Amino acid sequence: MIEIKDLHKSYKMGSNSLHVLKGLNFSIDEGELVAIMGSSGSGKSTLLNILGMLDEADSGSYTLDGVPIKDLNETKAAKYRNKFLGFVFQSFNLINYKSAMENVALPLYYQKVPRKEREEKALKYLAQVGLKEWATHLPNELSGGQKQRVAIARAMAAEPKVLLADEPTGALDSKTSYEVMDLIQNINDKGNTILVVTHEEDIAHMCKRIVHLKDGVIVEDKKVEQVRAAQYVK
Amino acid sequence: MLNRDNWKEIFETIQKNKLRTFLSGFTVALGILIFVVLFGFGNGLINTFDDFFGNDATNVFYVFPGRTTMPYKGYKSNRVIEFDNSDLADIEKNFPLFLEYISPRITRQDTVSYLNESNSYRTLGVGPAHQFSEMTIIMKGRYLNNQDIKNKTKYAVIGRLVEEDLFGAKNSLGKYIDVGGSSFKVVGVFQDDGGDNEERIVYIPYTTQQLIEKNTDKIGQIVVGFKPQIGYAGAMAFDKSLDQFIRSKKFINPKDQNGVFIRNVADQLKQNQQFARVLQIIVGFVAFGTIIAGIIGISNIMVFVVKERTKELGIRKALGATPKAVIGTILLESVFITTVSGFIGMLIGIVILSSLGDKLKDFFITNPYIDTSVAISATFVLIIFGAIAGYVPARRAARIKPIVALRDE
Repeated sequence: MIEIKDLHKSYKMGSNSLHVLKGLNFSIDEGELVAIMGSSGSGKSTLLNILGMLDEADSGSYTLDGVPIKDLNETKAAKYRNKFLGFVFQSFNLINYKSAMENVALPLYYQKVPRKEREEKALKYLAQVGLKEWATHLPNELSGGQKQRVAIARAMAAEPKVLLADEPTGALDSKTSYEVMDLIQNINDKGNTILVVTHEEDIAHMCKRIVHLKDGVIVEDKKVEQVRAAQYVK
Repeated sequence: MLNRDNWKEIFETIQKNKLRTFLSGFTVALGILIFVVLFGFGNGLINTFDDFFGNDATNVFYVFPGRTTMPYKGYKSNRVIEFDNSDLADIEKNFPLFLEYISPRITRQDTVSYLNESNSYRTLGVGPAHQFSEMTIIMKGRYLNNQDIKNKTKYAVIGRLVEEDLFGAKNSLGKYIDVGGSSFKVVGVFQDDGGDNEERIVYIPYTTQQLIEKNTDKIGQIVVGFKPQIGYAGAMAFDKSLDQFIRSKKFINPKDQNGVFIRNVADQLKQNQQFARVLQIIVGFVAFGTIIAGIIGISNIMVFVVKERTKELGIRKALGATPKAVIGTILLESVFITTVSGFIGMLIGIVILSSLGDKLKDFFITNPYIDTSVAISATFVLIIFGAIAGYVPARRAARIKPIVALRDE
């Protein structure tokens, strides 16, 4: 599903050049649930940005579902993002003047799905995250966990190949975190490929594989025994 | 870009961001409103100005006789100059190239009465051509004609207000009025744009006036209309040679300031036109300033709007909005708001102007108005500049990496 070869990325900071990613190689198969771990400055966010086509690598190759991702202009990147990727952010990033349902329907708007179909689909995905009766509520009427569930529904609505979650539980207490992880695990169970960036050990162990980044190189890449989040959710 | 779904998205955004919509809409509406009102006031100022100076023909000289202050060719000073019928004929004979029409004007103040109503009015003994110099408009009946002059008929043409004063609502045509002791038949009623005083006048044939005054041939002033095509230079040349002609005929010292005086409307006209042009430039300048202020206002709002929406745009981009879609969202929204509020402001302004009418006449503003085409063009200018002002920050927002926009809290 995702294949990365010899990925390099450096940022220019004035006269200095900061080498963030120093030749990464790894691949992710369909249906995997991968945690990318590392302390801040390890390059995990940069990696996620490149995977999310929000940033471009200096060298190396990146293939997503058999499509080589290179020479992207903004328009092309936007189309690929819409088609291939779903994003979940630490701060939810819901549009605050749109209802839960409208937020979920937004990626479909950019896929030019007709309004009626959009709303049906959005409701379907809201139902999947257990928020069907909250469809008409604005984000500020929802709790943090509910917001993140709406965000996940929105990420899923476009039926992406890969779900990218950047610290999805970073702004949530541990109980809500487990609920969200439970949801992510359920989505993964249905065969979706998911990448989770986190620095929390317990969250990482709820994934099936942990890639450990340090100073721009992969220091560890191991399969783990998945801890089911459901056991923490009463 | 312009399908129904996009519009629905825009309407929802507008509805749910009322403050933003109100701010940008208000700026534009106010800008256009002030522009329309100011521009209209400027036009009202020009109207007042035209009212003061613009109700008579402009291709006219008024020749006034005076009293000499210098001796000349054996004549003593302090001699009263008078015009008579021969002067009319001589001027006509000597200036055929310049002259369009000529009429004497014998001014008297007479008591005019009909039945029990009576009042004092200006009576002017004139020729048929006087109608052109005063731009007299005949409402009913006719003006004096050459037959009246020749036959010294006792016909009178009375002003609209004279009829109103003496006859009330009744028709005056064919009735006999008493003018200074003689009976005249009313053959016409006129109106004049020059104000009430210009409509409280009784015109009678100058020959009749002369007959009443012991069959004299004296004629007071002379009104000379020149051909408009001779232009300003031609008028000035005519003015000069007419002056010379009269001075030589009446033996007036060429340097005498008081023997004869020619009021040249063409000269006045030129000054008036210059003044009107200055007014128009001032009005244009003020209007231009208002539009610039409006453009700056809408630009500020647009920068604010884009800044406020940076995060939202970042989210939209992460969800697959292309840069074009991002720019389109902002531009369509702003153009829609500016168009609607611009036209609302324009309409309010036009309504205000047309409801004012003569109410501000004391402030020298008469019938303020604005050409619809000017108002619409100004509105479009503001819409276009609003769009440009929105495009620049929108393009920058569209270029920002979503991840940067999302981090921006």
